[in-house]
Amino acid sequence: MVENRPWLTAFSHFVLVIGVIVIAFPLWMTFVASTHDQTTMLQSPIPLWPGSHMLENYRLVLTEGYNNRPGSVPLYITLTNSMVMALGVALGKIAISIIAAFAIVYFRFPFRMAFFWAIFVTLMLPVEVRIVPTYGVVANLGMLDSYPGLIIPLIASATATFLFRQFFLSVPDELAEAARVDGASPMRFFWDILLPMSRTSIAALFVIQFIYGWNQYLWPLLITTKESFYTVVMTVSRQANVVDTVPAWNLLMAMAMLAMLPPVLVVVFMQRQFVRGLVETEK
Amino acid sequence: MEKRVTFNDRLLPYLLLAPQMVITLVFFFWPSAQAMYQSLVTEDAFGGNTKFVWFQNFAGLLSDPNYYDSVRLTVMFSALVSAIGLAISLLLAVMADRVIRGSSVYKAILVWPYAVAPAVAGVLFGFLFNPSVGIVAWLLQHVGIEFNYVINGNQALLLIVFASVWSQVSYNFLFFLAGLQSIPKSLIEAAAIDGAGPGRRFWDIAFPLLSPTGFFLLVINVIYSFVGTFGVVASLTQGGPGQATNILVYKVFNDGFRGQDLGGSSAQSVILIIALVLLTIIQFRFIERRVHY
Repeated sequence: MVENRPWLTAFSHFVLVIGVIVIAFPLWMTFVASTHDQTTMLQSPIPLWPGSHMLENYRLVLTEGYNNRPGSVPLYITLTNSMVMALGVALGKIAISIIAAFAIVYFRFPFRMAFFWAIFVTLMLPVEVRIVPTYGVVANLGMLDSYPGLIIPLIASATATFLFRQFFLSVPDELAEAARVDGASPMRFFWDILLPMSRTSIAALFVIQFIYGWNQYLWPLLITTKESFYTVVMTVSRQANVVDTVPAWNLLMAMAMLAMLPPVLVVVFMQRQFVRGLVETEK
Repeated sequence: MEKRVTFNDRLLPYLLLAPQMVITLVFFFWPSAQAMYQSLVTEDAFGGNTKFVWFQNFAGLLSDPNYYDSVRLTVMFSALVSAIGLAISLLLAVMADRVIRGSSVYKAILVWPYAVAPAVAGVLFGFLFNPSVGIVAWLLQHVGIEFNYVINGNQALLLIVFASVWSQVSYNFLFFLAGLQSIPKSLIEAAAIDGAGPGRRFWDIAFPLLSPTGFFLLVINVIYSFVGTFGVVASLTQGGPGQATNILVYKVFNDGFRGQDLGGSSAQSVILIIALVLLTIIQFRFIERRVHY
């Protein structure tokens, strides 16, 4: 602090508290709604303080889902699917891009720059804008309603490759030189030197990509028709759009809470890696 | 930048690149080529007769008033989301940069929305503003505002703007905060010694030095509002009421999957792709310049 201005500091706290309240309010109301019974949640104004039906609501959505109608899935299934998808996307992306970056940085070979640009242009086209033809390709490959179909089309990404490329370029040349002088093979150098050195980049990327994979909405919505492959985010959104005569807001909000919990926990407990990953992958 | 020391191996680099290249070719280049091709043909509903029609799909699109409505809507939506989102997060970042006590608590809470999927954020806002039980809708009614996003198009648009801004605030906030913290303290101190107050120091020093971050975030926010808000719209309004929130990316999906208009949908995809490519090029040119800055 350059100088002491108590009023300005008080004002800053005031603005921040307002900001925090506005940001946290939707999450608080979701939590509150998930702890009441159905009738309480149908009378306006709804309560602002948690009720006593929390355990029973969560148990219900986890084991039975929103209701007994077709299309309603127990949440333990969708949570498992989301976990498989998020881990698959995060680990898959890291694995294929770290070796691709290794090839591009540490080797000279024909068409190296062509490969580099081919990866680069993928930056520009998120899956949402080429959704219809990508669906067609996946359908032709018979990958609808499968984990590979959920994961593989999403793991080709330029951001991860670029992050590793940037990092490898900053690794001192002496290390590769020493490895070569000692007669180590390229893969030996990769496993014993480069990979251990990349630990922090990998952790940062993992956090970002886990959230990315978990929060996918459109892709799982399109390529899954069997309930056993539904992910939790799309289930919540689907259920919210089903017109019910008597909506069970308490159960819907319990589902939303469970859909948010894993990525929020990741962000809170791995905040350092998260911020690092965010600021670095986007550069 | 290039490495001075490299390894020699004829086959290995291709093997290392193979997984990424195969996936990119199959799930990226092939579908993109398909999109280009489909945008130039018409197909009947059963996928039977395919006819090559050159730019007829584009012509059809460009003479469709609905499409222009969607373009106008998307531009307005994008401007609102970017302007409101950037303003709020800059304000919060400047304040968080000022305070010492409690700043880590503020930061820990302000990053939460990043972890919430836009589709789930849409559900949460739909609940808060629900005409019959929503607590915010109830409050608004008590101050005399009838808020019903299900039937009122402008209110629906406003609601998807709120939800989208909420979703994106953490991201903008973290980048602005990082930008503010990288400004040399000596500059701020020198200005303070010369008698510049906090407002003056912000506008004359911090703000210009933040402009690269701000520009970067502007491009990211425009791209986000064009594409990333799909989940918000799908969860909240599904393009309605009427066409009031049918932004371009939702229209591509809606026309392609619901309306089965593959040619029109592909033509829209191609136009959207061109817009995104242009935005990305602008962004990268700018970042290149920032490196020398």
